[in-house]
Amino acid sequence: MKKRSIIPFGPQHPVLPEPIHIDLVIEDETVVEAIPSVGFIHRGLEKLVEKRDFNQMAYVAERICGICSFQHGMGYCEAVEHIFGVEVPDRAKYLRTIWAELGRMHSHLLWLGLLADGFGYENLFYQCWRVREKVLDLQELTSGGRLIFSVNKVGGVIRDIPADQQRTILSTLDEVEQELYAIRDTFFEDYSVLSRLKGVGIITKEQAHDLGCAGPFARASGISTDMRKLGYAAYGDLDFEPITSNDGDSFARCYCRMQEVFQSIDLLRQAISKMPQDNELAVAVKGNPDGECFMRVEQPRGEAVYYVKANGKPNLVRMRVRTPTFANLPGLCEMLKNTQLADVGLLVLTIDPCVSCTER
Amino acid sequence: MANVKRSPWLLHYDGSSCNGCDIEVLACLTPVYDAERFGVMNTGDPMQADILLVTGGINSQNASVVRQLYDQMPRPKVVVAVGVCACTGGIFKDCYNILGGADKVVPVDIYVPGCAARPQSIIDGIVQAVELFQKRSDEHDALVQSGKGM
Repeated sequence: MKKRSIIPFGPQHPVLPEPIHIDLVIEDETVVEAIPSVGFIHRGLEKLVEKRDFNQMAYVAERICGICSFQHGMGYCEAVEHIFGVEVPDRAKYLRTIWAELGRMHSHLLWLGLLADGFGYENLFYQCWRVREKVLDLQELTSGGRLIFSVNKVGGVIRDIPADQQRTILSTLDEVEQELYAIRDTFFEDYSVLSRLKGVGIITKEQAHDLGCAGPFARASGISTDMRKLGYAAYGDLDFEPITSNDGDSFARCYCRMQEVFQSIDLLRQAISKMPQDNELAVAVKGNPDGECFMRVEQPRGEAVYYVKANGKPNLVRMRVRTPTFANLPGLCEMLKNTQLADVGLLVLTIDPCVSCTER
Repeated sequence: MANVKRSPWLLHYDGSSCNGCDIEVLACLTPVYDAERFGVMNTGDPMQADILLVTGGINSQNASVVRQLYDQMPRPKVVVAVGVCACTGGIFKDCYNILGGADKVVPVDIYVPGCAARPQSIIDGIVQAVELFQKRSDEHDALVQSGKGM
């Protein structure tokens, strides 16, 4: 038997801005086992329900994660709205869809940039982040915040996107789409990119299913799962199909996320063209919630589950969030087995880990 | 900035931030904002860093990590708290695992407000930190020359 040694990966590691810790058991240069440990960013915000009422919690939920912030707030608000049994105005549903898809675009572009940085393609990293800034400008234009929007409330949204801003979104999307074609060609055809991604870190469809993977990670292994198909917000009215790939390797994950950026552009165009013209943005919510609800939303990283329980008081009894990165960690540990130590940093990136979601 | 003669290196540590400020710090280094034009450079090694950027509040697990990073940095050094969580604990102030802002464990020189802190304000904080670093370096040099410093 070869000699085994343990190499710690993280908590501080250059490929990620966030602390994640994995103990890598290696034989020579090959990883035989990966043991993760979490808890460096634990804040304990689920317990804040005891100190903040259900309206204030919408803003706390938004700060579970700064990247998919809007979708966290939306998931929480939809869960509480289900308990109240209120129907959100149609225009608010479309506005939520627009902000959610803008958030998905900026999250995926951020990831594509970090991936390029992970395999040492600095130029591509900067190009992805340059295009991402245009999406952030749209977010700032429509909501007032670059990352944290605070536009959700229980019952609807607090801001409208007027017609002139819709036109700006559409014209910026045209520019972004043109620039993304060149970036996509580099990701899909460049020799140095393919040599790092093709055939590395394979997760088969059966493994992905058994390990409960979520989001683009599962879709890259051929599982057609997308919570948007459940039809929350305005997704029920929009025409789209989950993007999947059958390869299950790092390139397939890159492929799925790149194509999802284009899918988001398409969804934004559909949502803007179909958005109803009424002026109502929110319904009034009276009293306190009483009951419980499970809500599933598709975040950029995959399926997030919100469990909310209330007992008729302003403060909720329990709020529980299951985030996609937590679901993807078993898949990551399986994927790391039998890979080269030099690939570990890149492979950890390919699940798009969001540690602040996972540890809350 | 006129009297700045040095190029300090930055160290970024994510305390218990929600990621919002972290990606804004990263955005500062990309072409649109390009904080490196002020002579700073991002590094991952505390032993070579002059300015510490802390995002997020301090919790029981990372308090020792932040303190250790600060102790490992060579003198003189400057600490910038980025975002309202690093300043005071912010929206998570009442969470059971949050002890407070970065000043609970390290002396903070510059507070950058915002949730998430905007790149413009982060750059303003970095520029102030560079100036403060120059001032402290001059004082440090004077002490060394007079034979009183290390």
